[in-house]
Amino acid sequence: MPDKIEFFDEMFGYGADLRTPYVDYNDWFSSEDVANLKSKSKQAETLFRLTGITFNVYGAEEAAERLIPFDLVPRIITAKEWGKLARGIDQRVRAINAFLHDIYHRQEIVKAGRLPAEMIANNEAFLPQMIGVSPPGNIYTHIVGTDLVRAGPDEFYVLEDNARTPSGVSYMLENRETMLHMFPELFSKINVRGVGHYPRALRRSLSACAPPACNGKPCVAVLTPGIHNSAYYEHSFLADQMGVELVEGHDLRIIDGRVAMRTTEGYKPIDVLYRRVDDDFLDPLNFNPDSMLGVPGIMDVYRAGGITIANAPGTGISDDKAIYSYMPDIVEFYTGEKAILKNVPTWRCSEKDALGHVCDNLEELVVKEVHGSGGYGMLVGPAASKKEVEEFRAKLLARPDNYIAQPTLALSTVPILTEAGLAPRHVDLRPFALASPKGVDLIPGGLTRVALTEGSLVVNSSQGGGTKDTWVLED
Amino acid sequence: MRLKISHTTTYSYDAPVAYALQQLRLRPKSRPGQTVLRWDIDVEGGTKQALFEDEHANSVDLVSFLPQTTQVTIHSHGEVDVEDQKGIVGPQKSCVPLWLYQRPTPQTVAGEKVKKLLGTLEKTDDRLAQLHALSAHILASLPYSTEQTNVTLSAEDALGSGHGVCQDHAHVFLAAARSMDIPARYVSGYLMLQDSVDQTASHAWAEAHIDGLGWVGFDISNGISPDARYVRVATGLDYYSAAPIRGMRQGSGTEDLEVQIQVQQQ
Amino acid sequence: MLGKTAGGLFWMLRYMERTENTARMIDAGLRISLTRSSAAESEWKSILTATGLLADYSARYDEVIGAQVIDFLLRDKSNGGSVISAVETARMNAKLVRTALTREVFEAVNECWITLNELLANPVREQALPEVLQTIRQRAAFVRGALQGSMIRNDIYDFARIGTFFERADNVARIMDVKYYILLPTIMHVGSAQDNVQWEAILRATSSVRAYQTLNEGEYNPRQIVEHLVLDKRLPRSLAFCYKKIADNLAYLESDYGVRHPCHDMVEEINNRFATTSLDEIFDTGLHEFLTAFVNDSQALGAQIERDYRFTE
Repeated sequence: MPDKIEFFDEMFGYGADLRTPYVDYNDWFSSEDVANLKSKSKQAETLFRLTGITFNVYGAEEAAERLIPFDLVPRIITAKEWGKLARGIDQRVRAINAFLHDIYHRQEIVKAGRLPAEMIANNEAFLPQMIGVSPPGNIYTHIVGTDLVRAGPDEFYVLEDNARTPSGVSYMLENRETMLHMFPELFSKINVRGVGHYPRALRRSLSACAPPACNGKPCVAVLTPGIHNSAYYEHSFLADQMGVELVEGHDLRIIDGRVAMRTTEGYKPIDVLYRRVDDDFLDPLNFNPDSMLGVPGIMDVYRAGGITIANAPGTGISDDKAIYSYMPDIVEFYTGEKAILKNVPTWRCSEKDALGHVCDNLEELVVKEVHGSGGYGMLVGPAASKKEVEEFRAKLLARPDNYIAQPTLALSTVPILTEAGLAPRHVDLRPFALASPKGVDLIPGGLTRVALTEGSLVVNSSQGGGTKDTWVLED
Repeated sequence: MRLKISHTTTYSYDAPVAYALQQLRLRPKSRPGQTVLRWDIDVEGGTKQALFEDEHANSVDLVSFLPQTTQVTIHSHGEVDVEDQKGIVGPQKSCVPLWLYQRPTPQTVAGEKVKKLLGTLEKTDDRLAQLHALSAHILASLPYSTEQTNVTLSAEDALGSGHGVCQDHAHVFLAAARSMDIPARYVSGYLMLQDSVDQTASHAWAEAHIDGLGWVGFDISNGISPDARYVRVATGLDYYSAAPIRGMRQGSGTEDLEVQIQVQQQ
Repeated sequence: MLGKTAGGLFWMLRYMERTENTARMIDAGLRISLTRSSAAESEWKSILTATGLLADYSARYDEVIGAQVIDFLLRDKSNGGSVISAVETARMNAKLVRTALTREVFEAVNECWITLNELLANPVREQALPEVLQTIRQRAAFVRGALQGSMIRNDIYDFARIGTFFERADNVARIMDVKYYILLPTIMHVGSAQDNVQWEAILRATSSVRAYQTLNEGEYNPRQIVEHLVLDKRLPRSLAFCYKKIADNLAYLESDYGVRHPCHDMVEEINNRFATTSLDEIFDTGLHEFLTAFVNDSQALGAQIERDYRFTE
């Protein structure tokens, strides 16, 4: 680590002053026995394993199914803090949908000089096949999982706008289930807003985006790449909780101008497909012809108004890390308001001056691939060895436009339960927002990811991170 | 000039096809200088599933094969009035940003051969003249010949083969124009021939975007800009995105293709 | 319901049933080998035949040795018919059809898989074998219990039940067919100790020892064993019982969906056989011929159900 940075702890602030949202929790915690809690934590793990809440690890033959560690100390957010986050996310989601519509139509933002054309032209996430498509309600991203980090009492930053296929919502729900199961007394003592309505809200929101061809009650289905996908549990969980079918590409065909699923009673048309298959694999007729996961012709039916695809193909252009740096402008351009949520200052390495600055300060910065995700391919300068920094410098200089850099944020911490009692660990937060023509519906809660290793800033589950239940307190 | 067009494509298979889809880019649209009086597409052995506009604003029919079919016939026919517009098509109307037409596709990469061809091209600041010169230069370097197989070659491979058909000419033109930062696109359509009504393939040419004029057509194979004998049907970034018929098929049988085209003045 | 889901349910329950049946057959083999070591080799051989795995086994091993067969049938992951593979396939199908299952059923299958994977991680010592086999049967019973206790009686349940009884009937018919010669009434040394052991092995492999003794006052008699396993509707492992269930569940589907398919005619025909064929007729046509015809027709029915309910395209 660089010179001692002071981290804000969400339970104890900058010192040992207990913060208000944690007062009731702390009362309860002080009367509990740590060993007993530790054994409850083991119980939770058994429960997760039994329920099959696992994620598949690519390239790992043995023990290919792993649990994401769960820590039972909740992340608690006050109603007031949440209010501001909610307004900020609502604004951002509306702006992103307006941006996507514009980018796939007249590109006014480019014509207005607020976004350089190259940002789109040289962007792999721009999907030409989406040009001219206006989905129902002009909603392109229906489910958004905005990654937020906190650096101080009133200092939230958006780290990423996950607008293509945000995952993790099943953990938000299962973590709460587990907490309710293990500590019912806590919930009778503390007024925590519920998250359990998410599946119903999701189905309602998706149904509100039914295509023109829909006749009567919209038929919703979830498209999964299959049981070997890392997030398969979440796909089946969501389909199950929504009460809709979980389909794979080979269950679907184009029948009577619709995308239809093969049932025991014949083919039945689908109105809204919540797809968890990446763009490139979605339609072998229009995209990658080798894809075995997709539905040939679905883009054609989509363009003809026969189905709604959620999230729309091509939404990746809006959560690309280089576009991210323009988000304050994007929000302002489409909403006419200043962005409520802050962006992390970002250097685009494609720009010569920025690249110079980044190269001079690699030891202090976080450098990420523009299209990367899951914590892969990034450099956390302060945590990297000299050798790692130099190796990364070579990669960066070979393809500067593939990278952006950000200052190392003093990510807030929330205590986790260790053998020795509470110990602070860095966290981030991913709330889930649903967009439909009726508006943006933000679920009061989210996925709190926690870096379980002391001092680590990488919270990704693929890199050994864990999760916590996230409590939003009632007013 | 009023043109009557009939385009019949017959696919035959040596084994029943379990499932197949085809995108037909076979419907000309009315536009300044081109009025479609009537147009129909009849499909035997298949079912029309959807009619939509693709990103280039082409009218596309999606067709699925009937279960276990061994033969599918697509008959596309109609009448079109065409005026001679000296090859000028006009300003970009669809939402496709012009820079997309400057991006090479796998078929239109300007490799060494295209660069070499450009090296021997006489340069001028007049864009229109430059493109006409390019068109003539391509035809000279790659004489027209139908002896080719009907495999779609990239611009580089076409130049390597020493001769080409209209789609090769168009691909080389697109690769060259794009490497000069000129937006250029592929056009698939029909051309009335003076000496014969019957044809065995549809035609293809290219269009380039010139500030002030908009899109201008170049029929490289015939060394002219399209006139009243040309019917524009579909445009795209290369052969693949504008092809009259493109599809996917499940099954291992082999495919036989027969094309009959008639273009005649009414 | 998706056709794929119907297929997944059918196969999940077939594999759960297979997991259990294989454990039962190992149990039967073990019992015989304890009683008479000279008969052991042929007994293990017939068990391999009945499970349809003799060729696979012979491709791998030269000799039929008890411990080797047991390991092959229990733990060999490269053997698709082993207990460990069957439970793996059952669980994979459970994941596939998870949205159609109650939490109880999924967790029962998952726990079965977790338990058996721990139990079979290393070769099973001889003295531990009875307990391991017992646990396998118990875990399979938990799944059956969860299914019966928590699932709505709808098409989902029907496909699950069809899978169970389909596999069970197939299994019973195969084990009988392998041993049909010892069930022939013409056999000379009826009533010898060897026969008693053999007959008991069949009953043990089909988990019918107790039921048989209750119904037949403890006397082993090949005619009665055949009658029992083929025609007795009271016995939950008889062919007649299994087919009654398959026919019932297919009839529920017919009435639920309002559509009669070719599989309904086929199941009716097979089911009728058990009502209209007497034991004498079975022995007159030949037990082997009867069983062979049954297994073939049963397979044809399975394929027809798959087509009629669109398990695959």
